[in-house]
Amino acid sequence: MARIHLDQIRHSYLASPSAEDDWALKRLDLEWRDGGAYALLGPSGCGKTTLLNIISGLLQPTEGRVVFDGTDMTEVPPEARNIAQVFQFPVIYDTMTVYDNLAFPLRNRGMEERGVDARVREIADMLDLTETLGNRAAGLTADGKQKISLGRGLVRSDVNVIMFDEPLTVIDPHLKWVLRSKLKELHQRIARTMIYVTHDQTEALTFADRVVVMHEGQVVQSGTPVELFEKPQHTFVGHFIGSPGMNVLPCMIDSGKCYFAGAEIKTSNTVSAGSKDTAYEIGIRPEFVKLSRKGIAVEIVKVADAGRYRIVEAQRDGHTIRLLAKEDAEVPGRGTAHVSFDPGHTQIYANGWLA
Amino acid sequence: MALELRNVVKREGANTHIYETNLTLAEDGFNILLGTTLSGKTTLLQIMAGLELPSSGEIWFDGQNVTGEAVQKRNVSMVYQQFINYPHFTVFENIASPLRVAGEASDKIRSRVMQIADLLKLTPMLERNPSELSGGQQQRTALARALVKDADLVLLDEPLANLDFKLREELRDELPKLFAGRRCTVVYATTEPVEALLLGGHTATLHEGRVTQFGPTSEIYRNPKDLVSASVFSDPPINTATVTKRGDRFHLDEAISWAAPETQTGLADGSYRIGIRPHHIVPAGAGEGGAKLTGQVMITELSGSESVVHFQLGNHTWVSQSHGIHGHDVGEVAEFEMAVDHAFVFSEGGEVVAG
Amino acid sequence: MIRKTTNQKGWLFVAPVVLLVAFNAVIPLMTVVNYSIQETFGDNVFFFEGVKWFEEVLHSERFHAALMRQLAFTGMILAIEVPLGVAIALAMPRKGPWVSVCLVLMALPLLIPWNVVGAMWNIFALPDIGLLGRTINALGIDYNFTRQPGSAWFTLILMDVWHWTSLVVLLAYAGLSSIPDAFYQAAKIDGAGAWAIFRYIQLPKMKRVLTIAILLRFMDSFMIYTEPFVLTGGGPGNSTTLLSIDLVKIALGQFDLGPAAAMSLIYFLIILLLSWVFYTLMTRNEAN
Repeated sequence: MARIHLDQIRHSYLASPSAEDDWALKRLDLEWRDGGAYALLGPSGCGKTTLLNIISGLLQPTEGRVVFDGTDMTEVPPEARNIAQVFQFPVIYDTMTVYDNLAFPLRNRGMEERGVDARVREIADMLDLTETLGNRAAGLTADGKQKISLGRGLVRSDVNVIMFDEPLTVIDPHLKWVLRSKLKELHQRIARTMIYVTHDQTEALTFADRVVVMHEGQVVQSGTPVELFEKPQHTFVGHFIGSPGMNVLPCMIDSGKCYFAGAEIKTSNTVSAGSKDTAYEIGIRPEFVKLSRKGIAVEIVKVADAGRYRIVEAQRDGHTIRLLAKEDAEVPGRGTAHVSFDPGHTQIYANGWLA
Repeated sequence: MALELRNVVKREGANTHIYETNLTLAEDGFNILLGTTLSGKTTLLQIMAGLELPSSGEIWFDGQNVTGEAVQKRNVSMVYQQFINYPHFTVFENIASPLRVAGEASDKIRSRVMQIADLLKLTPMLERNPSELSGGQQQRTALARALVKDADLVLLDEPLANLDFKLREELRDELPKLFAGRRCTVVYATTEPVEALLLGGHTATLHEGRVTQFGPTSEIYRNPKDLVSASVFSDPPINTATVTKRGDRFHLDEAISWAAPETQTGLADGSYRIGIRPHHIVPAGAGEGGAKLTGQVMITELSGSESVVHFQLGNHTWVSQSHGIHGHDVGEVAEFEMAVDHAFVFSEGGEVVAG
Repeated sequence: MIRKTTNQKGWLFVAPVVLLVAFNAVIPLMTVVNYSIQETFGDNVFFFEGVKWFEEVLHSERFHAALMRQLAFTGMILAIEVPLGVAIALAMPRKGPWVSVCLVLMALPLLIPWNVVGAMWNIFALPDIGLLGRTINALGIDYNFTRQPGSAWFTLILMDVWHWTSLVVLLAYAGLSSIPDAFYQAAKIDGAGAWAIFRYIQLPKMKRVLTIAILLRFMDSFMIYTEPFVLTGGGPGNSTTLLSIDLVKIALGQFDLGPAAAMSLIYFLIILLLSWVFYTLMTRNEAN
């Protein structure tokens, strides 16, 4: 187990990067505590896999150091870093039984059979694999195989960190649920450092204590799920997290007050004097927009039923405002309505960043 | 242009892939086939397309029996989960390919392709090869190819499953708009209940080769006719338990019981199965009242905007899903409230008796 | 698993092949069966002989000896070519410009006609003027493939290994390149050594193509004719007279059509049977 420090890391796939765009991973500095559950979240091409490969040692960063518990590991090859990894597609040893699959990492390290047996059974029990220990691993379903991949990481007591690279991609939705909860439960039980890479916000937010959101090679925000939800530092975070994402509407700043569609909007942060070169926007999550008697007049264009709630899509001056209504709430069909924003959850953004 | 399956059965050796199915698809909006992997969605789509011949039964289209008619003769388009495009054709040529096969004039092809490309936001990449596109753009190209030829029947087999979360959201929003106003029957297979709800239209729930229910999507979601249909249409999985009704109360075991709501008081005493979706069970005080449940917390997942708590109820594991952050320690005994009027009551055989 | 269903015209496309196969295989086979149960002294006069020729062939020492030589030959080349082919495939680069160079080099021997290979090796191995023959003799080893059975066998096997190992290499290489990187990464992380990676990842993933390679090499080597015929002509004596060479000697050298026909059928059935046994043994595990 280890505390991980990514010290001033920067990476480019080019030989001599010069322009800012040459960097696949822009400069970042992150410190992760021992035993934490972390997620790297972002769309494909955002640099999250690059970062993962730097931590596991498959890639050497162009600049900066990877430090585990105070020891510089930057030059250490992957096999010597004591890392376990679960890949997108299950990696299992087809010809072996489930038992032998789980025992493999221990036997490779010359552990005596008695110890191997005790450890394998303990982990199999945690993963509900005890029943299938004697079966050929190749015959298992996708979620069973992913459990084996995970189990091979868990059996070793010397593992510094377990990394997950979009591990639920090939799993059916109803089993995704089960496996996700299993991961959470395991983390709560064994308290090993875990890093989870995904483009799926639900997976990231439910799994991790701390989520690092990446966009175009840059860390745009690192925070707890609640922070990311309630105080997005950047409109990208607001849009990417939450389904549907945060409403982002252009606004005007005039002597410390904020206006949208001619109406003054009360916000949780303020900008004293607007500058001409800056684009100002207000961000408000659909959860905090309410249909009301007074407020901003909008045209409702669509109401979609999402089961637990309904997504109401309204338009004002060509801008789309989405809001969530409860399953049983009264929602007018198409036509004119009024909405109001919860001031405590309305933020002003300047050039995309929280003002 | 209605597609109708009459007594369709598909057997392969001793296995039955599709049990006797009668289905008349809706001509407007999406027809969604909702079910887990291997529930028979793809087989059903292939039978509809004419790629597979049913073992018995007939397929009628537009008042004609088309069973056994070659696929080439039916005006069918299909889009798959994998992004399938001609790798050495440009995006333009990919989209144009069905029209070229049909021998259209080249200026007509040009205008049709431009029109569809505009609709799918592909205009800037018309001269590129598919390998230079992102996953979302590749799937848009495949969709454009399906749309360009004005097919009578468009079959979509989990077209969004391989896309990033946010791209999926975006394209899912656009899909119904793309088909609005076209004269064609659209069938859409998915494993995700929320996707079915948001696409609207009609839904057929599939389970192990049987269509368990078919009708307008919201109606199927809110009025499942049996436990199987309710389970297929629940994500997270629906909570179930066997209960005994004595007088005005349902008893889960000696310790846990609740008063039956008005709609269910008329049921005869005896044994029932109940099913209730996780969002109708919330931590005590967070909802609008309801039957009190007490259980030991096993896992908590906090996603920033909502809390998911797994707890032990009798010998069942139940899940509560609620808005806001409700922290619970693992192992703690917590109180929940259940909106009993949202519970479905099924006979022991699984048929709905109240809900 | 898409099955085209209705197009009856499809048969029209298959018809030419069906006719061709009928003329090529079925009719000659029927002729052979016809000869194998009759006796003829020319003039198109036939006498029915039942299974006499079959009994004769099966009891002949000459057939037994040829069959043993054949089994020994096939066994030896399989034992050499398969491991060697896999080893070469493992040593080949996976990425970069050298991949295509290696593949072309590997494919070269496969492009040479069989009789040319025989002639090449014949000259190459001649003890007086051939490079190989002279080199071996210069090392102080008495080597002459036209006189000594041992030398003849050595040359025969060396020639086959040179000609056909590439096939195993190419198939094994295809199997290896289909393994995703994640498997190697996972194995490294699990602390697996080179042997464990081979045993538990590469070998299982190559199993399918190796099955095909072994089957192809088995059938081809069991039927081999041209190369040994050109190289040694079956000699010295009968020491390299493999089944097919013996068959031609009986049929065309002695013109014993009946026994030759019976032997052909037995030969055919042996190949069929052994191929089936091989295939069943090698795919047995996949079933469960």
